[in-house]
Amino acid sequence: MPATTSPVPTNKLGLTKQDYVGSKSTLCPGCGHDAITSQIIQAAFEMNLEPHMVAKLSGIGCSSKTPAYFLAQAWGFNSVHGRAAAVCTGAALANRNLVNLLASGDGDSMSIGMGQFVHMIRRNVPVVYIIEDNGVYGLTKGQFSATADVGSTLKHGDVNELPPLDPCTLAMELGCGFVARSFSGNPKQLGVILKAALAFRGTALIDVISPCVTFNNHESSTRSYKSAKDHELPLQDLGFVPYYDQDEIDVPAGEAREVDLPDGSRLTLRAIREDFDPTDRFAASREIHEARERGELLTGILHIETGRKTLHDFMHMVATPMAALPDSVTKPGPEVLAACMAELM
Amino acid sequence: MLTHADPSKTVESRSRVNDFSIEVATVNGSGSQTANIVLMRTIFQMGVPVTGKNLFPSNIAGLPTWFQIRASHRGYQARKQEIDFMICMNPETAKEDVAKVGPGTVLVYDEPLKLDGLRSDLVFCPVPFQRLVAASCPEPKLQKLVKNMVYVGVAAQMLDLDLDEVRIAIGKQLHGKQKAIELNQTAVQAGYDWAAAEAPRTEGLKVVRDHLTDGQIIIDGNSACALGAMFAGVTVVAWYPITPSSSVVETLIDYAKDHRKDPATGESTLAIIQMEDEIASAGVVVGAGWAGARSMTATSGPGISLMSEFIGLAYFAEIPGVFIDVTRVGPSTGLPTRTSQGDTGICARASHGDTLHICLYPGTMEECFQFSYLAFDLTERFQTPVFVVSDLDLGMQNWASRPFAYPEGPLDRGKVLDAEALAAIQDWGRYQDVDGDGIPYRTLPGTPGGRGAYFTRGSGHNGHALYSERPEDYRNLVDRLKAKFMTAKAFVPKPVVSGTGSPRGILAYGSSDPAVAEARDILREVHGKDSDYLRVRALPFTDEVIDFIRAREVVYVVEQNRDAQMAALIRDFHPELGTRLRPVLHYDSTAIPAQTIVDQINAAEK
Repeated sequence: MPATTSPVPTNKLGLTKQDYVGSKSTLCPGCGHDAITSQIIQAAFEMNLEPHMVAKLSGIGCSSKTPAYFLAQAWGFNSVHGRAAAVCTGAALANRNLVNLLASGDGDSMSIGMGQFVHMIRRNVPVVYIIEDNGVYGLTKGQFSATADVGSTLKHGDVNELPPLDPCTLAMELGCGFVARSFSGNPKQLGVILKAALAFRGTALIDVISPCVTFNNHESSTRSYKSAKDHELPLQDLGFVPYYDQDEIDVPAGEAREVDLPDGSRLTLRAIREDFDPTDRFAASREIHEARERGELLTGILHIETGRKTLHDFMHMVATPMAALPDSVTKPGPEVLAACMAELM
Repeated sequence: MLTHADPSKTVESRSRVNDFSIEVATVNGSGSQTANIVLMRTIFQMGVPVTGKNLFPSNIAGLPTWFQIRASHRGYQARKQEIDFMICMNPETAKEDVAKVGPGTVLVYDEPLKLDGLRSDLVFCPVPFQRLVAASCPEPKLQKLVKNMVYVGVAAQMLDLDLDEVRIAIGKQLHGKQKAIELNQTAVQAGYDWAAAEAPRTEGLKVVRDHLTDGQIIIDGNSACALGAMFAGVTVVAWYPITPSSSVVETLIDYAKDHRKDPATGESTLAIIQMEDEIASAGVVVGAGWAGARSMTATSGPGISLMSEFIGLAYFAEIPGVFIDVTRVGPSTGLPTRTSQGDTGICARASHGDTLHICLYPGTMEECFQFSYLAFDLTERFQTPVFVVSDLDLGMQNWASRPFAYPEGPLDRGKVLDAEALAAIQDWGRYQDVDGDGIPYRTLPGTPGGRGAYFTRGSGHNGHALYSERPEDYRNLVDRLKAKFMTAKAFVPKPVVSGTGSPRGILAYGSSDPAVAEARDILREVHGKDSDYLRVRALPFTDEVIDFIRAREVVYVVEQNRDAQMAALIRDFHPELGTRLRPVLHYDSTAIPAQTIVDQINAAEK
């Protein structure tokens, strides 16, 4: 590498942030999803992810295009609509050492993908599952999605009368151990949440309100930048102490709850809303529903519970990745076949 | 000791020694399966080739079910329509059962049914089951199960079966559970003793010990497929239960407990996951195949319909995965517990758009094993979904077979580049055809070195796996996929051909094989018609298939579906051969018998 006067910052692996970028985004200029991509790049850099150990998975839709825009040195898989959860489950079974990053959208996950979303959480598949939530189908030019609020309108005036599905309270009901909501216009909070999610084991769900500048950013939309800014109510000031540097100062001042994450990192939460307890999923869920009734958008860590069994625990699998097992382990010998045949005679 | 020097004589003679079929009519859920398999096994152990077919309802308990056992010293394994020995245990169907058999059939039945008034041309054998059961089994709870063993005893005596062999078969079936074995043996003895004193004589309808099954096994095709997958080193299995395929994975689970565990830790070297549906199962197969596992699923037609979207993705993005389809009767729910070859078409082309899949068509138990093994080598070599197209008749019925030979040699993991290989390559493109065989090189997630990563997508892409909507990129891609598919011709099993150069050709595949073999004998021995026979074992068709058709004016294509799906596939690839093909079709949801093939060929040649 050529010497430069001001050295580019590197992480513990000696990689620069540039090593975590992907190809140029083809989304609309100003799209909320691009802000999320930036935070994924930053978090992956700070968390020292080995790019070749990351699997980037997605379904179909604008959000699902984004894995092309980060971590060019990671394997990406833009699969079928709503069903990246199953692809991720398969990849996790084949190679348990992969770090799975899944980018989905509200259209992808909350309609055709609902069944797989639910069962992925039930199995606690290790994955950072990001829903880039804009309340609208962008790629097909602006139809309502299942997370659209009652009373929100399309560009040409149609009003949504159906109640929205909330991926976060649903995930909490299902026992997901890491549930967070953020806003693409709040990069600081999103960055901490992403790092904490990467330090988590099991399914970590992050629902990110991510305005669609083309089809759902108008005055009467409830998923516009303006609406989100006006109604966002962060629950906590979040701090993150990474596993590799327990002295690093990234902790908000004041009384804070600490959560020890499985990789040795610590998440600190200084409550802004004192009555909100993210370790009590039922009470928290009630708070979220009530806030929604009031038109408030609660963001931050909605629920956290470490230590649940993951897919790999349930499967009682060997520690070596399945994909790396040699023939000598996976192909039983002739004596085994002979014994099987003898039983059938 | 029976001698059968001249087989053709045996066919013509009326002797039914070692050549007859038994049908047992019972109620589903009554526990008759054990009794029927004991009967079948006993004949097998006496050295006489035998097959067992369970014609069962889509129901847990209460609906009628029939079990057919065919003994054939000539080794015929197809379903036989004529019944020589009928056991009527189901009052609901007794009248129909009596009506359907031919004159001279022996009819064993429960005395109170009073079936002897229905016809005068049968050999009636009313058995006082209740009295015999009560005497041999004091526990009322068990009497229903034991009742079935009484008919085993009656049949054993009437058919001259060796009681010692019956005892061995019971022991095998009940896995050494001593109390149950004794109870069942007592019931068999009660039936046997009663028959010795009271049953009508049936001269010529009996089993005489032979040695034709020495060294053979009895197995069902689903178990054979499970074994094939296990020995192929399958590492990820995702499935959703569906009749008639469920026992593929259930059997694999059982075998894996014994043979796929790390001896030190007890942890599994095979991940078997029951998913929420077939769509998710296919998703796991694709995700695991992409990440380097040997992955598979087993399903039936409705599952293939649901999986088709992922199958299309795997085809287009070139991801390995094995799909075992145990065909039932469709469309829709169809007849879930009956057999057909109605998935031939969908397996060849599952997905929207232009797709072609490598399909293997096992026709024997050995092939269920071998092809399930081979499918994993092919799917990784060709980086595309591979189908093992079985059916209910192969998959769930009991077949005698030679023991399986161990598949020697290393597993073929295909063109996979590791870090070292990548470092030596200047310009690697995931979808570039550098060898001219249509097969590109792939890498697996997790490969270090920084050069192997690529982006997999179901949308248009170029040789470097970059998104592309350019017309030439799309066309190049699908043309290469077709070329890759045709390369597989040199890797898939060649057809099995027999005959002596007759202008009359018969082409079949899969479970139709036993019926064709028998039909050819009948055509030659009874109708004086020679025929040559080719059994297709794979798609793409190898040159032998095409040459066989080209060399003959008429080729009868035998299939168990309405639309002559295999003939349509042949026509798709070789339209010029279309006029030579004559469909011979059987699609009433039962396994194809030989006579229908004979009748249709004779009708066509009138």
